[in-house]
Amino acid sequence: MPFVNWLKRRLVVIAGLLTLAYLLLPNVVVTVFSFNKPKGRFNYEWQRFSTDAWKDPCGVADMCGSLSLSLQIALWATVGATVLGTMISFALVRYRFRARGAVNSLIFLPMAMPEVVMAASLLTLFLNMGAQLGFWTILIAHIMFCLSFVVTAVKARVMSMDPRLEEAARDLYAGPVQTFLRVTLPIAAPGIAAGALLSFALSFDDFIITNFNAGSTVTFPMFVWGSAQRGTPVQINVIGTAMFLVAVLLVLSSMVITHRRNKQKA
Amino acid sequence: MSTLTEAPPPLAPATPEKKPARRRGRFTPYWLLLPGMLWLIVFFALPMIYQASTSVQQGSLEEGYKVTWHFATYWDALAAYWPQFLRSVSYAAAATVLCLLLGYPLAYLIAFRAGRWKNLIMILVIAPFFTSFLIRTLAWKTILADNGVVVHTLNSLHLLDLTNWLGWTAGDRVLATPLAVVCGLTYNFLPFMILPLYTSLERIDGRLHEAAGDLYARPWTTFRKVTFPLSMPGVVSGTLLTFIPAAGDYVNAELLGSTDTRMIGNVIQTQFLRILDYPTAAALSFILMAAILAMVTLYIRRSGTEDLV
Repeated sequence: MPFVNWLKRRLVVIAGLLTLAYLLLPNVVVTVFSFNKPKGRFNYEWQRFSTDAWKDPCGVADMCGSLSLSLQIALWATVGATVLGTMISFALVRYRFRARGAVNSLIFLPMAMPEVVMAASLLTLFLNMGAQLGFWTILIAHIMFCLSFVVTAVKARVMSMDPRLEEAARDLYAGPVQTFLRVTLPIAAPGIAAGALLSFALSFDDFIITNFNAGSTVTFPMFVWGSAQRGTPVQINVIGTAMFLVAVLLVLSSMVITHRRNKQKA
Repeated sequence: MSTLTEAPPPLAPATPEKKPARRRGRFTPYWLLLPGMLWLIVFFALPMIYQASTSVQQGSLEEGYKVTWHFATYWDALAAYWPQFLRSVSYAAAATVLCLLLGYPLAYLIAFRAGRWKNLIMILVIAPFFTSFLIRTLAWKTILADNGVVVHTLNSLHLLDLTNWLGWTAGDRVLATPLAVVCGLTYNFLPFMILPLYTSLERIDGRLHEAAGDLYARPWTTFRKVTFPLSMPGVVSGTLLTFIPAAGDYVNAELLGSTDTRMIGNVIQTQFLRILDYPTAAALSFILMAAILAMVTLYIRRSGTEDLV
């Protein structure tokens, strides 16, 4: 039975590729349906090929506004969470201090908490303070839940860093600022970049916490949610497809660049 | 040479020339911690306390709420919504098991068998993250549509009869049934299972597989006795990262389910944002939080992995 043996040896590969197909199937559907011309308000059934939506991506009222709002919030949330998170991770790895256990659990808990619980309790706080729900409350919430992920990413990188490199810099008469900027920061950079990228993705795509704390402000995920009730414009699929392609291209090009650089060094 | 790569203790033994630097830096960690910790205390810990207090308040929107230590809210909430709680736990558990079964082969493939395709597959696992998950979840409406390929195939294989009998589907549809919700949950949280699994599989020394083979272990035995036990940290953190968000999710139940598949997240959302019954909503989310924390602690204790962060 050569076929059965062949199958047996490749069982893991076949199962793995099936899972990959399951993961990518919705993206394929999103892409295909961005070329659809639906009959009714909903874009769930294939009618006929058309490039109308691609020619006019902002043709739907309010969609591009919500998209740019989401990008702004994601950008500021990334900056905020990355700065605060990096500071915390340096303190955790490089220093000994009291209440380390409390600090660690305060960082772990937001990651172990269902989003809906954080969302509801934050709304309770804002209502109690009489805060105006909108851009600022969304930003505050996003920085809060991105922070822990940045700390985890940066901590892992700083922990694997050899402190003797900094000692060497100091022995060579570098001041504390110079040591930090020239030695510490470049080594920690990949961890910081990973944390920042994760923050951006998390913030841009967040729905549950935003939905609770946005008031009448509409971010892009909230626009999609609303359109699931009112009618889904094809332009949503255009944006989804474009984001997927941009992400893949960015990662691929960065990989090609690192590959070339490594080759030059070698 | 191994000492070079090992991280030395955070604070080297005090040498004379280092003392001034240390004294000057005595408060540095606190300054570094202060802004981030304040943020978490004010916008994460404090809200929890507010919520605890809201859950024992009584009153109305117009007249305001007062703390009356009305613990009956908890009891009433549990009595009214225990089916949704049960549903959340069982859907999340089903999705977690499915994620593990589906995710393990892919993580294994990336770690050991992908060769030069490794990076590409890795990108394909992460890239969907950059398309809004709501758009991708809506795509399942098309995939599982009543006159679509999936329903048609299941029907002609008479599998729908089986799932109908099990209560996973109803009529000739998959949409608006528990099966659709679990399918959406599994899909949405699968990457959170794959990534930690991959990380822990990647760390396994390939020579251990060779050694097992040299000792006449068959591939399956090698997996059962060597690979799987060594990947346990990944399994534990993967199941937690899948179960916790799945149990609190209301997006999949809302978009792919029906009123019969409402989970506890849906109830909390409706109570908070539409019915505006804050005490009940606060009590419900407090129960959800307590239940999940209890389950997580128990699970971590039993599986013996403490260092997850």
